[in-house]
Amino acid sequence: MSARRFYGPGIPGVNPADLRGKLIVIEGPDGSGRSTQIDMLTDWLEARGHAIAQMGLRRSTLVSGELESAKAGNILSKTTMSLFYATDFADQLENRIIPALKAGFIVLADRYIYTLMARDIVRGADPAWVEDLYGIALVPDAVFSLRVRPENLVERVFQKSQQLDHWESGMDLGLDLDMFKSFIKYKRRLQRLFDGMRKRYDFHVVNGNRSARAIQKELRREIEKVVGTAEPVAS
Amino acid sequence: MFFTAWNSSELVKKATQKGKKRLLLTPTTFCLIHSTDFADRYERQILPLLRAGYIVLCDRYYYTAFARDITRGCKPEWVHNLYSFAVKPDITFWFRVPLETALGRILGGRQKLKFFEAGMDMRLADNERESFAKFQALIHQQYERMSKEYNFTVMDAAQPIETQQEKMRRIIAEQIDLPAFKLRPKGRKP
Repeated sequence: MSARRFYGPGIPGVNPADLRGKLIVIEGPDGSGRSTQIDMLTDWLEARGHAIAQMGLRRSTLVSGELESAKAGNILSKTTMSLFYATDFADQLENRIIPALKAGFIVLADRYIYTLMARDIVRGADPAWVEDLYGIALVPDAVFSLRVRPENLVERVFQKSQQLDHWESGMDLGLDLDMFKSFIKYKRRLQRLFDGMRKRYDFHVVNGNRSARAIQKELRREIEKVVGTAEPVAS
Repeated sequence: MFFTAWNSSELVKKATQKGKKRLLLTPTTFCLIHSTDFADRYERQILPLLRAGYIVLCDRYYYTAFARDITRGCKPEWVHNLYSFAVKPDITFWFRVPLETALGRILGGRQKLKFFEAGMDMRLADNERESFAKFQALIHQQYERMSKEYNFTVMDAAQPIETQQEKMRRIIAEQIDLPAFKLRPKGRKP
């Protein structure tokens, strides 16, 4: 595996070579089965004796509460929103991911900078600006992108919460006044952006239209390449 | 005409204050949270006002962030890119005072300095006043450098206020066509 590095200037004072753990990212829209897969991976890796830490979007100590209020009120403009999410990410990167990697943990990230970048770009942000902004981020050891047809996503979202979410449907973009149509259009746009990022960020695309078990099998096979095929610790 | 000051958005302010109070901020998050606050004011106030044809007076602008964040160790290109969504000012006045005078004015009038204000996060010294002096010296260097790079209009802030005001008025009148910004009386067509 190539040496650990940041996408850009990184975090002042952090030497990537000190980060001996592994960073594994699972990307995918809501309803793609991300959390289920991450829970299963956590059990599997812990049973093998690995220490696991998790991160996700909007989970920082610093700004998660304020981001929640901002979403509820639709009161922040696009650049402000981009930077607010970047602050949330940076806080978790410095206070959660980096310390865990230093201690040799495997960090499972429930989404990473790619979702944030795609959301910003779809709202008109300059891709070069966004890319530079996330130059603080560490290059993960593996990125898995769960790809699910928007029509299947809708069904899974309805199964889970019986309704579509304003933001997850991209209603703020004004693509369509019909929420269902807007959801499909919004997800298609995001998917196109993800397809565009695939090569550049070395995504392993996983067909998420299959059963949870089939997806898990593929993820484990690929993750073994990163963490090794060590035997579970003796009990 | 409209006036805006550093650090004013409610929601973002809440997060910034929390971060400062609980000492949660690193150079990167310090930089990002202040840029979020700036973006909020920029998108809600400054930009719409400029579009509407107002003259906007800003009590500090992104240069404050450049000086502070770069001193704290953020990469200059990264910080510059962060703020690249904001327009470059038509005129930037820099009130230049010798470092000793500035320190005397602030330290003389204040009982206690705040943690981040004193640059205590940089571990330059173990007491606030000494740390503040060292931190301000580094920031001052950044301003000196920027003053050339960005062509600041340098004001001698040791001069009497009236003299400074006269000079500013003259410079603004020379560079900006002020009559064009005159408020039109209500009800009358231009």
